[in-house]
Order: sequence, then structure tokens, then C-alpha cells
Amino acid sequence: MERSDRKIGFLSAVPITVILMLSFTAPLLVVLLFSVMPPKVFTLANVPDFSSYGVLISQGYYRSLLWSLGTALAATVLLFLICWPLAFAMAKVFKGFTLFITVAVVITLFVSENIRLFGWVLTLMKGGLIEGHLRAWVGWSFEGALYNVPVIIFGLVYVYFPFMLFPLVQGISMVPDDARQAAADLGATRRQIFWEVDLPLSAPGIVIGSLLTFVLGAGALAESKLLGGQAVIVIADEIETAFTYGQNWPLGSALSIILIFIIGSLAVFGVSRVDLDKIMGRRR
Amino acid sequence: MRIGRATRIALYLYGVVVIALLYLPLLSVGFASVSKARYLTFPIKRYAFQWYGKALESHTVQDLLWTSLSIAGIVTVISMIVGFFGALAFARYQWRFRGVFQKLILLPIFFPQAVLGLALLMWFNSIGIIPDWKTAVVAHLVWISPIATLVIAIRAYSFDPALEEAARDMGASTWVVLKEVTGPLLMPGVVSAGLFSFLLSWGNFPLSLFTTGADSTLPEWLYAKMVSGYSPLVPTVGILSIATSMILLIVAFTIYWFVRSARERRARTI
Repeated sequence: MERSDRKIGFLSAVPITVILMLSFTAPLLVVLLFSVMPPKVFTLANVPDFSSYGVLISQGYYRSLLWSLGTALAATVLLFLICWPLAFAMAKVFKGFTLFITVAVVITLFVSENIRLFGWVLTLMKGGLIEGHLRAWVGWSFEGALYNVPVIIFGLVYVYFPFMLFPLVQGISMVPDDARQAAADLGATRRQIFWEVDLPLSAPGIVIGSLLTFVLGAGALAESKLLGGQAVIVIADEIETAFTYGQNWPLGSALSIILIFIIGSLAVFGVSRVDLDKIMGRRR
Repeated sequence: MRIGRATRIALYLYGVVVIALLYLPLLSVGFASVSKARYLTFPIKRYAFQWYGKALESHTVQDLLWTSLSIAGIVTVISMIVGFFGALAFARYQWRFRGVFQKLILLPIFFPQAVLGLALLMWFNSIGIIPDWKTAVVAHLVWISPIATLVIAIRAYSFDPALEEAARDMGASTWVVLKEVTGPLLMPGVVSAGLFSFLLSWGNFPLSLFTTGADSTLPEWLYAKMVSGYSPLVPTVGILSIATSMILLIVAFTIYWFVRSARERRARTI
């Protein structure tokens, strides 16, 4: 029994592992190799010279990187604050309403993110849904709310909302009601229960949610392009430009490697601290 | 720890407000799609459905629909098959590299999709493949097949391994156990994974951006138009794309509901 379990387990892992080797691991290796090539070459048959990493610092690309990481961090913190009360209510307070919210949120995931962001452009622009109606109804006019840094963060908060909400709900539902009750009976205040029971016991959900939003936000492109209108250039934008207009694959690769390195080490660190079997609801 | 009535009401209200905000931009797109004017300003003065007619007649839009549909269809079939076995390895069987495997599956989901697309573009280039819509299928699979695996794994976690063991003790071969016990038990998970795969592929933009070559998907075309300036076709085609997803969802839920009530009726007659 044991032995056949091992064999079948290994065999069933083969198809997806092969797909990911060919379409995930191999491409990343190619990016890594390209990043050490001399500038503006399109094949790997060149002598590596690591010059692209030098340009990275001298041309100020670190600024875009900091913008990406900064906006992603701001969005993550905001999302945690926004999602916590709702996630708590979904896990502990709402009954049928939880299912309604879940379905309503999942449906938005199936709408292309650029259509949703474009909807915000139409909502927030001058002459858009908000400004246009305010002007027509109460005669109050302003210059739209687009093309600045806060609106980029707003876009990230909007797009990655489900990625924070669902892990939090899952995390909070792992907090036993008995533990909260016991703490309350022993005289803990609401604040103490939050800091010493809720927060530590739902930590796996918090880790996964924060990690997902931060990582996806740091690599995001559409929010700054559509809502931010180049108010700041984010790192994903620089990478795209290096590959397309710049025709400089090694530079684009070096920028990608830096981003991948930061994101990858965070993701590996976070994922390795969390017991997936427990979060996903293994019985036994 | 009782939650007061006022807090409860506040939480319900909060939930309603959040959902309303999630859908507000779609409302704007919806209104924009039925505005008669070529240059959109709110409040809309005259409504017309002319842009829907124009969009459906356009050959470009028909090609886009067809490309998106082909990609999503193939991605769905492959994700369901690969995800089924992947989920067994993820959740069901104890084998040596399971921990590593679980983490490998998660990594692509944590990855910036646009960068993943670029990496694939360079990979295809270096092995001499010219990108077209078929390479976009590969790109979508990198991100969607792990998600399909996770969706099925949730189902695999919740079933009782004793059922499989019982079948094996009665002399069923591995293949028969898979076909007669494991397969049917995981089927609801596989179907919802298929639905997820199709919808995620249909709406995906960052993965397609660099990997479709000369072909273009619906979200890609919309993005190109959005960046280059307003076109009245953008909200219209956007709504058409959303409508396709919603129709699929409604059909899926209706079928699910019918199957369930038929099964309940059968259970009652026995």
C-alpha cells in the first residue's frame, strides 16, 4: 500500500511538472542567461559581460523599482486594513451572506483586469461618471482624479482585493471560537483578543494574502499605465520598454532578474513557512 | 464574545458597500457602451445600441473572439487533465517529493505575469519557435494549470482515502480504482477547475501581451485601444467579453442545479 502510494504520487506529478519545467523553469533560465549578455544582442551566442547590471544603477532604474515596491507595499497595508473587518465578518458573523459576497467577488475575477481598470478611468476622469454627474446635478466641477500616485495605489487595491480577502477569510476561520471565548471569559479586552488570539492564529492566511498582493502588485503594469498615465514609471513598465521600443533584451532581462529575485525570495520564504495541507483543509 | 447588533449591521453595510464599489467601474463601462456619442462624457444624453451592431459585424472583432475562444478552449482541456493528476500528487498520495512539488506548483501563481510572458517570448525565440496564438496557450497554462490543480486539490483533500483502500482490498487494480472511485469523487472539482480555467484564460491579458505574436486576443486588443486613445468600440467589446463569461457561468450553474436536483429526486425514490 505504502509503496504503491509513493509510485502513483510520483507518476501523477509528472504531467504538470513537465509542463512547468518546459514553460516556467526553462524560460527563467533563458532570462538569467540573457541578463549577462552584452547590450542589444538577440542570441545567447555571445561573450557574457554583465554590463546590463551596471546600467541598472547608473541610469536610475532603481527608482522605478522603488516605486513598484513602494506602491505594492502601500496597497498591501491598505488591503489588510480594508479586508480584515470584512474577512472577519465572512468567517465569523455572516451566514448566507458570506456565500453571496464570495460569488460576487469571484465573478469580478473573471472580468479582464484591464476592462475593470478602464471602468475606473471612465468613472474618475473629467467628464466621467462621478465628475460629470456632480457637474450636471450640483454644479461642482473638478479636474478628475486620475494620473497621480494615489490612484495607482487605488488601482492595485482594487485589482488585488480578492487575493487578500480570501486568504484572510481562510485564515480567520482557522481561529477556534473556543479560544476567543476563553480569552474573553478570562477578562481579555477586545484589543487583547485581536492581538493575542486572532492575529497569531490566523497568521498563515495573513502571510499568504499579504505575499500575494505584494508580489503581484510589485510586478503590476496595467494600473500605472491606465490609471496613472505615466505619473510614475514602474519597473514592469521599464522592462516592457526595454524589450519593445528599446530592443535591448539583456537590459530587460537584467531588470526582470532583479524583480524576480526580490519577489522570488519573498515568495519562497513565505510559502515555506506555511503548512499548505492545513490551510487547504486536509482531514485527519 | 457576543457581537452586538450595531456592529453586525455595520458589517453587513460594509459588505454591501465593498461589493457596490467592486461593480461600480463595470457600471461605467456598461453606460459607456450604450452612449450614442463618439466622444464619451457623462451624464449620457442619448442612448443607442449602434456600437454593438458595429462590433458584431466587424471582422476584427470576430477574429479576436475566435482566437480568445480557441486559446481558452485548449487551455481548459489540458488544465483539467493535468490538474486532475497534479491534485492527486498534491493532496492525496504520500510520496517523497510532495513538499517540494507543492511549492513548485505555487511559484508560478506568485509570479508577475507580464514578466513571465516576456521570459516565454525569449525562450520561444531561442529555440526557434515563432509566437502565434498556440504559444499563448503555453503561456496561459503556466499560470492556469497550477490554479486548476489547487482547485481540484481542495476537493481531493476532503475525500476519504478509505474508499480507495476498500476498492483496492476488494481486488481492484490501480487503473480501475482511478476510473471507478477516484475519478467520480473528484469530478465536481475537475468541472469547477475547467470553468475557472476557461474564464481566467478568456479574460487574461498580461500573459497574452507578449506571447501571441501576430495574433491578438480580445483583452489584448482592448488594452491596445485603451492606451492609444478612446474608441467607442472599447466599452462595447468589453461588455461583450464580460457577457460571454457571464452566460457561461449562468449555463454552468443551471446545469449544476439540474444535476443536483435530479440526483436528489433519484435518492428520494430509492
